[in-house]
Amino acid sequence: MPDYQSYAQGSPLEVKVISKRFGLPNSASIDVFLAHEGYQALVKALKMTPEEVINEVKNSGLRGRGGAGFNTGMKWSFVPRQSPKPKYVVCNADESEPATCKDRPLMEYDPHQLIEGIIIAGYAIGSHQGYIYIRGEYRYLMEILDRAIAEAYQRGYLGKNILGSGFDFDLATHTGAGAYECGEETALLNSLEGLRGYPRVKPPFPAVVGLYGCPTVVNNVETLSNVPAILLMGAEAYAKLGTPKNGGTRLFCLSGHINRPGVYELPMGFPLRRMIEEVGGGLRGGKKLKAVIPGGSSCPVLSADQIDVPMDFDSLAKIGSMLGSGGVVVIDEDTCMVKLAWRIMKFYAHESCGWCIPCREGTAWLQALLARFHSGGGLPQDPDTALDASYNMLGKTLCPLGDAAALPMISILKKFHHEFEEHLKLGKCPFEKNGTGAF
Amino acid sequence: MAETRSSVSLTIDGKTVHVPPGTLLIEAAKQAGIEVPSFCYYPGLSLQGACRMCLVSIEKMPKMQTACTTVVTNGMVVRTDTDEVKNARKAMLEFVLTNHPLDCPVCDKGGECELQDMVFRYGAAETRFLEPKLHEEERKFSSLVYYDRPRCILCYRCIRVCDEGMDVNAYGIGFRGVHSEIIPNRDGRLECEECGACIDICPVGALTSGTYRYKTRPWELTYTGTICNHCGDGCKTTLSVRNNQIIRANNRDHSGVNGEFLCVKGRFGWDFVHHDQRLASPLIRQNASQHPATWEQALEMTAERLQAILTERGPNAVAVIGSNRTTNEESYLLQRFARAVLGTNHIDHHRTADFSSLVRALTEAGAADRYATMEDIFRASSILLIGNDPTHQHPLVAYQIRQAVRQHSASLYVINSAAIKLALRQAKLFLKVPPRREVDVIRVLAGGGEAPDLAEGGSQAITALRDRLRQETDTVIIFGDEIRGGGVAELVRWGLSLPGRTRFVALGDYANSRGAADMGLLPATLPGYQPLADAAARSRYESAWGASIPAEPGKDLRSILSAIDAGSLKALLVFGSNPLKTFRLDQSVLSKLSFLMVAELFPTETAAMADVVLPAASFAEKSGTVTNTCGQVQALKKTMRRAGTRSDFEIICALARLMGANWRYRSAEDVLREIIAHVPGYAVPLPSLLVGRAVATQPRGLPPLLEDSNLVFSSRDSLFTSGTVSRYSWALNSVDEAKRPYGHIF
Ligand SMILES: Cc1cc2nc3c(=O)[nH]c(=O)nc-3n(C[C@H](O)[C@H](O)[C@H](O)COP(=O)(O)O)c2cc1C
Ligand code: SF4
Ligand code: SF4
Ligand code: SF4
Ligand code: FES
Repeated sequence: MPDYQSYAQGSPLEVKVISKRFGLPNSASIDVFLAHEGYQALVKALKMTPEEVINEVKNSGLRGRGGAGFNTGMKWSFVPRQSPKPKYVVCNADESEPATCKDRPLMEYDPHQLIEGIIIAGYAIGSHQGYIYIRGEYRYLMEILDRAIAEAYQRGYLGKNILGSGFDFDLATHTGAGAYECGEETALLNSLEGLRGYPRVKPPFPAVVGLYGCPTVVNNVETLSNVPAILLMGAEAYAKLGTPKNGGTRLFCLSGHINRPGVYELPMGFPLRRMIEEVGGGLRGGKKLKAVIPGGSSCPVLSADQIDVPMDFDSLAKIGSMLGSGGVVVIDEDTCMVKLAWRIMKFYAHESCGWCIPCREGTAWLQALLARFHSGGGLPQDPDTALDASYNMLGKTLCPLGDAAALPMISILKKFHHEFEEHLKLGKCPFEKNGTGAF
Repeated sequence: MAETRSSVSLTIDGKTVHVPPGTLLIEAAKQAGIEVPSFCYYPGLSLQGACRMCLVSIEKMPKMQTACTTVVTNGMVVRTDTDEVKNARKAMLEFVLTNHPLDCPVCDKGGECELQDMVFRYGAAETRFLEPKLHEEERKFSSLVYYDRPRCILCYRCIRVCDEGMDVNAYGIGFRGVHSEIIPNRDGRLECEECGACIDICPVGALTSGTYRYKTRPWELTYTGTICNHCGDGCKTTLSVRNNQIIRANNRDHSGVNGEFLCVKGRFGWDFVHHDQRLASPLIRQNASQHPATWEQALEMTAERLQAILTERGPNAVAVIGSNRTTNEESYLLQRFARAVLGTNHIDHHRTADFSSLVRALTEAGAADRYATMEDIFRASSILLIGNDPTHQHPLVAYQIRQAVRQHSASLYVINSAAIKLALRQAKLFLKVPPRREVDVIRVLAGGGEAPDLAEGGSQAITALRDRLRQETDTVIIFGDEIRGGGVAELVRWGLSLPGRTRFVALGDYANSRGAADMGLLPATLPGYQPLADAAARSRYESAWGASIPAEPGKDLRSILSAIDAGSLKALLVFGSNPLKTFRLDQSVLSKLSFLMVAELFPTETAAMADVVLPAASFAEKSGTVTNTCGQVQALKKTMRRAGTRSDFEIICALARLMGANWRYRSAEDVLREIIAHVPGYAVPLPSLLVGRAVATQPRGLPPLLEDSNLVFSSRDSLFTSGTVSRYSWALNSVDEAKRPYGHIF
């Protein structure tokens, strides 16, 4: 099992709220958890009304850490509590967004924090059954979670009449089979039901018609892991950690051409420049910065002159990008942006579920076009064609994967147009030292 | 615009539209006369949101929405005519064409392809796609269904029609992304009902038919709307013909009782018409063997021999067996010929359902308007199915039942001795009974009393069924040959005591089983279920025909056969029937006849024994009307010619003339006019029939009680059989599924 240090060497700038138990010996065990405030938030929540719990989460400014950044308390409040149907809490542990690796330590080093968050969510929405849907490649995490769940059952935190409150809650894990699309919440629900991982038409949204047609809350691992801390420190204190409407801290996954890659817990709104220079220790080999992917491969790429931005949902939206899943990729001056676009498109073409025309055909087309272009077969009209095809996908697909493929492509085509021109002029890649550099 | 409680108003491209709440935007646009292009949307099937062709702009929505998944709301302002919308359509078409082979010149669908039409109307003139296209080899899913992946646009209609329409679920999707493909359920092959609905519904040439592929261009065909000649459900179908050859059958305009539905027999099983063994010339027995003869020779010989036997032995020595497939006009003429020309009432046919008892029971109860149509089955809120296995024997009835359950949550109750598919998949309650005990259940349902051994679950199960049915209203009761004679009377009496307007359907096997009974191919019943014993009824027909009708009831079919065996019956005329096989007769019985004439399509077992064999025209080669098992009359239209054959209409007329009758029918339509004028319950509007409508009849009459319950029995044809005829269909015999035992659930 990789040890905690392999995720991050730590930084004095970190504000540890949900990663505070990382690095403790045996941190995944229930005893260590209980010795460090474990299940105290649940005790507190069970004394509150479900509405009070929802309001507390709403006021904390906690926004979904899965990518879309929707206010979590608000999402919970959409569940029709009067509905006679069973309700479900589904934890999205499919973590597949390229450059994202934050849910993994949360499950590996502090599974009980997540379990506690899920139970509280269940209490808040009137659910008695939760599922953790884990990507197939995270099988070893499933063992950790299953062990933790068994411990929680043993100690009475799961099962019937939890802590004498009269509240029942069961929790089970379920594994995916290796499709990025199964992280999209409705595709995830289909997969969980045993169907092909195709997304569903929305509306209706899962909060109303979700798992097995019943009201369902789908939340990311990190989102749910924040819930105990919110209840313990109070909504106000939690909100204050971040910027307005962007409460709390965030696990940033710093990667790319950087000296100290890793997962760091920093307050929402932490400046990107300082993240690169101070937390990450600057670029490797003293290279110049060319671009940054601020929140996983689905986000528009920032150019080097855009890094004076607070890392929160609203500030990034303002400059035309997204905070996404918190995967920050630092890209140095030696990187070929055409190849980067190609690599990203290859991912989306491979992961497109194929359900809808524009994403299925568009990603495959762009991948083929970029491969040809990068290896010296480019034609003058290609960049315009690629831009147009990307816009033809944008906003027109069934699920957001089509947008996720189009957005980085559009940003690269616009901000790094000159690199495409250089390829055309040279008839080959100006960055590639040997060969065409296929992956 | 004012909004009423039952309507929502919105504007589309500036036009105000009022539609019921819950309407999909794409349907609302259709009502306003605005076409929103679509591939994956298909009325009646579940929503996909997959093709994205139907994107439209809706005010206050940040991005375009799919009209096929958007439910209209009051005050919605929609535009389908903006540049944004037009560009999106163009873009989707450009995308879908990137990997499309564009092999239109050799594609079956060329000329009637939705993709071609869509590109023509909404697409760009050229493509910007320069990469190599993906290719996959064509695959054979079965002898009747082929799949060409490159042409497939992944609209998932085939999957849904198989799942939601047929409840067979034979298709799924394999692989992912641009490599996605439609896959069949058994190791690359289909195991299914082979109905071909998937081929019909495919908007492009991705699914092609084993009988049609690479044979023609659609504009070289002539199209004739007619009626399927197999089971008793009466599906409307369009036969596509080129050079006097049928190449395809599909219900092109989706009209009629079946919409777009056809089963494997309707869609593919017409090919018997072209079988090599079709009789092409009359045959006359000389010495021990049959030899070709001219029509004149064969007809004259028949007339002479009949005349001789009549003179020598009288009309009691002559009998006629009619057909379950010939037209109403032919059946009507045949019994007129028997009664008025030959002077005998010894006329019958293989009765596959007890229509007579149903008519009698409803008439006695003063409820002769309680016949359910195919449409009524679909609209029913409650259905009771007793006996039969419609999935095999009545595919359209089964489809109507499934759709009633799926589309408006109808309650289905099943009483059967076998766990038939409808019982397992759609029924709310299934009462399993020992074989042939269905009728006893009716007695218990009607009269109460205990019968612990009668049903699985004992008397309680029967009581539960009775209680459930008493909570339903307007139940449609559908029954097979398990209920006949007195059982029908009891069923009707009890059924009419249920709440609401209970209606009934008796299930008879073949395309005109109902018409055979309606037209009086019965020994003691005149056309329109008028009892022969009723002197007034007799005299009405006598004056219409200008001839007398013998008053004494004739022999039923089993009595005819025993009279032949006993040597008292000497001449037999058989039209479109194979009694040797159907009644499991020994050849020696028929060899006792002095004269046997058979009008047939094929050299059947019975035809092989005949003194004269007349090659008859098939359903595709003649016009007339047929009546489905629900009593709905529809027009059969002549589609093609077959050298050497004559229709039963022509044969009967010619024989009548040779036997001295003075008939003046120029066409089957003349006979139909006579039927309309004289047969009670058949005053159907001719124009409606001629434009292809199904006209419901409500016969009223008091025919005699069933003489012998062994007269009514179904042949239990499966999905892939159709009496003798299916032996001569390549298509029906080519599929592996045909080897499955009767009743197999696909
Ligand atoms: C293609 C695609 C993949 C996604 N993958 C993930 C994922 O791996 N993990 C995740 O938490 N959310 C993922 N999401 C977002 C989810 O759909 C959903 O918004 C999220 O689980 C909601 O939880 P949150 O509100 O706590 O963020 C994905 C979305 C898309 C469109
Ligand atoms: S956008 Fe892509 S991933 Fe999403 S439904 Fe369409 S094809 Fe599937
Ligand atoms: S085979 Fe035809 S009906 Fe089926 S998905 Fe492909 S295009 Fe659609
Ligand atoms: S259901 Fe009956 S009438 Fe309809 S196509 Fe099949 S055999 Fe012909
Ligand atoms: S018709 Fe609406 S998405 Fe296909």
